[in-house]
Amino acid sequence: MTKKEQPATDEQMIKFYQTGTFTVGNRLLDEEFRTVQATSERSNSIDSGHRACQGCGQALGARYALDTAMRVTDNKIIAANATGCLEVFTTPYPETAWSIPWIHSLFGNVASVASGIAATLKAKGDTTTRVIAQGGDGGTTDIGFACLSGMFDRNDDVLYICYDNGGYMNTGVQRSSATPGGARTSTSMPVGEHPGSSFTTGKFLPAIAMAHEIPYVATASVHDLHDLERKIEKAMSFRGARYIQINVPCPLGWGSEPAKTIKLARIGVESGLVPLFEAEHGDLTNSTKIRYQVPVEEYLQLQRRFAHILKPANVDQLETIRAIAEKNIKRYQLL
Amino acid sequence: MTIQHKPFAITLDVGTSHLNKTGSWRSMRPVYIDRLPPCNKACPTGENIQGWLSLAEEKNYRGAWELLTKDNPFPAIMGRVCYHPCENTCNRGQLDLPVGINSVERFIGEQGLINNWQFKAGEDTGKKIMVIGAGPAGLSSAYHLRRFGHQVTIYEASEKPGGMMRYGIPKYRLPREKLNAEIYRIQKMGVEFKLNHPVKDILETKKQGGFDAVVIGIGAQQSHFISFPGQSSIPVLDALTVLRDTENENPNQLIGKVVVYGGGNSAMDVARTAIRMGAQDVTVISRQEIDNMSAHPFEIKETLEEGAQIISLRSIKAINGCEITLELLKTSEEHHSGHSFVVETGEVESIEADVLVLAIGQVIDRQLFENIAPIEISNESIQIDNTMKTGLDGVFAAGDVVPSQRSVTTALGHGKKVARAIDAWLNGQSYQPAPQNEVATFDKMEPWYYSDAPRTIQPHLDAVRRKNGFAEVVGDLDQDHAKYEARRCMSCGNCFECDNCYGICPDNAITKLGPGKGFEFKYDYCKGCGMCESECPCGAIAMEAEDI
Repeated sequence: MTKKEQPATDEQMIKFYQTGTFTVGNRLLDEEFRTVQATSERSNSIDSGHRACQGCGQALGARYALDTAMRVTDNKIIAANATGCLEVFTTPYPETAWSIPWIHSLFGNVASVASGIAATLKAKGDTTTRVIAQGGDGGTTDIGFACLSGMFDRNDDVLYICYDNGGYMNTGVQRSSATPGGARTSTSMPVGEHPGSSFTTGKFLPAIAMAHEIPYVATASVHDLHDLERKIEKAMSFRGARYIQINVPCPLGWGSEPAKTIKLARIGVESGLVPLFEAEHGDLTNSTKIRYQVPVEEYLQLQRRFAHILKPANVDQLETIRAIAEKNIKRYQLL
Repeated sequence: MTIQHKPFAITLDVGTSHLNKTGSWRSMRPVYIDRLPPCNKACPTGENIQGWLSLAEEKNYRGAWELLTKDNPFPAIMGRVCYHPCENTCNRGQLDLPVGINSVERFIGEQGLINNWQFKAGEDTGKKIMVIGAGPAGLSSAYHLRRFGHQVTIYEASEKPGGMMRYGIPKYRLPREKLNAEIYRIQKMGVEFKLNHPVKDILETKKQGGFDAVVIGIGAQQSHFISFPGQSSIPVLDALTVLRDTENENPNQLIGKVVVYGGGNSAMDVARTAIRMGAQDVTVISRQEIDNMSAHPFEIKETLEEGAQIISLRSIKAINGCEITLELLKTSEEHHSGHSFVVETGEVESIEADVLVLAIGQVIDRQLFENIAPIEISNESIQIDNTMKTGLDGVFAAGDVVPSQRSVTTALGHGKKVARAIDAWLNGQSYQPAPQNEVATFDKMEPWYYSDAPRTIQPHLDAVRRKNGFAEVVGDLDQDHAKYEARRCMSCGNCFECDNCYGICPDNAITKLGPGKGFEFKYDYCKGCGMCESECPCGAIAMEAEDI
């Protein structure tokens, strides 16, 4: 069962006014155009009672992604999970918040475990059950990188979802190779000549995934549910290796208010620092446009990890961050 | 024993995380609330604007009409002549442009006329009320009193009912067939009209008719008049007489060079009427700068479009022959309570005129009350208490005759309030308005979620074609545009079931109760993060401190 594309007739356009497709649901929309999350029948793949912090972006991103995959596959999903927040807060022994078949791997080998499940299903002749691997940015861009690259190379039939919160939040907010430049972590303190995380050329995994020319790569954000669900659905329409990276704000690691999680995700995208796009077989095919562009400062000032950036002494760092946003906007045609 | 049957190294049965009641983490709790939309708050007749817009956007025009007319009996009239304070406070104005509430009201009013929807009177109470004046205040009180089931008789001095709606507002803004149709609807609910029937003695009429209570709604029908020094050879008229004569199709003197003195809406009405009557040249003299004139900006704009000239910052010093001497004024540097005021400069100039019309305000006719001591008059108004009652028991007053903004909308609101007050009084009670919810201000909302939807512009008659007659200037919205405009409403302060809270709760701590039933928090699991409050587009969730 797949969602229909939005019709573009005048009548339907009129129906979209009020909130259009920006809220989770819209009572003026036909049932079939509403999101999975708006329905009472959603799977709640991760259910109440999990121990994520208040306002956890990852708990939200994971439920969004897996509920959509469940709907698209008629509830035939097996999920493997790298070590990390998501695994820890959902499964303190003997409780589980998962309502789907779920397996915990090591920190670094979730891509290989998922490849193995996919191979088993193939050997058993099961063509309907699909496999999802998931991990945080540490388990993906650092520790699990080799396994992931191998999975891409073999084009195994797995959707790998990386929940990117820019650090090892579970173990005490250490820097990962996905931590944004300038951000304070417990291993990149805001001291010395170059405070915060270093501005390296970075390790932007969606681009690396594109370089593998796998069938589908996308980035998504928890603030735009319609966009996120559409991308998961699209990913499930391909066979072979697929990669989706979801930006998930972390109140603990970012030093932000729990209530501002969605807002941060939103203005991260609207400032150009978090580009949302899709690529097929290595080529960029689509980018989600910025609706109301905001200056990067508006994004930075809501996070204590960037507090030092907004001090006059660090204006160079602020300029560097601005330049990153501008480069993203140009490269991914965000305006 | 059971341990033997478990897999390797497993000692406990697997259990659901539902056992872990994370609600105990919470220090703040979210609650669903209703806030008062700014449009509803600003409406002088207290319409539930958001409510009827919501019905209109689902094409339930009958429902919208029923809800609207609970407060205001004249949607087709007010959809034309109301100065829509609701739109000035509309939160959508801070996003793009306010919702065109007035144009949708007019559309709904038209639906009512086309389909001949009628009002129902309440069950008969046996009480009789006398209303003096068939203007907006009188008609509105009669309507609301009739809905309460009281018998109502309106005494009107003029030949036709309508008051200032007929004798003050020109036809090009309010076509008479609409006015008549909506007044006739009130007559059909059983209100008795005594036209050409001026009341000479309130108490005597009340006694003769056996009335239980009286509503005075005679308005402010006498023009303020000043005389100027000099030997004038031109007629000096007042705005109300000019407008009344035009309505009655009496011959008038609006010929040649017409000068209108005043900066309010009546001045614009006279100027625009003069243009339509074929005056050669129309000039409005205003003491205020254009931006500070009390006339509404659209009235000024349309007046200028039709070819009148507005000379601002002038006052009339004298009239000699057909020459009017004007003194130049300037805006003072000083401000008093936020208002700038004008001071004389001593410089003078003069203009020629064939006729001068004064549009400098109206006062009430005191004659009727002079012998009734308990009815106190001060500041050119009848003094009333907060239940609209005058000093005389059983006698109430509403509209322009009491201290007010003096607009049709305010008068209609008075009509509603006085009816409620009388109903309470007849039952031996004192009317208490219901407490109001906190206002849904823009900062309580998350406007990002609303789609871009530019305002629909109502069609306007070309300026050239307006000058030849009294055809209506502003046109109707068609059905699609009315629906579109209604859907621009952001539902400020009241849940419209967008599912945002339900979707974005990281803890699945919200139950969706189904269409029209809203949502419920599962406080067993809500951690109190506050995301639902932050991301509620319309501000219908509040965070409250837990008792800890």
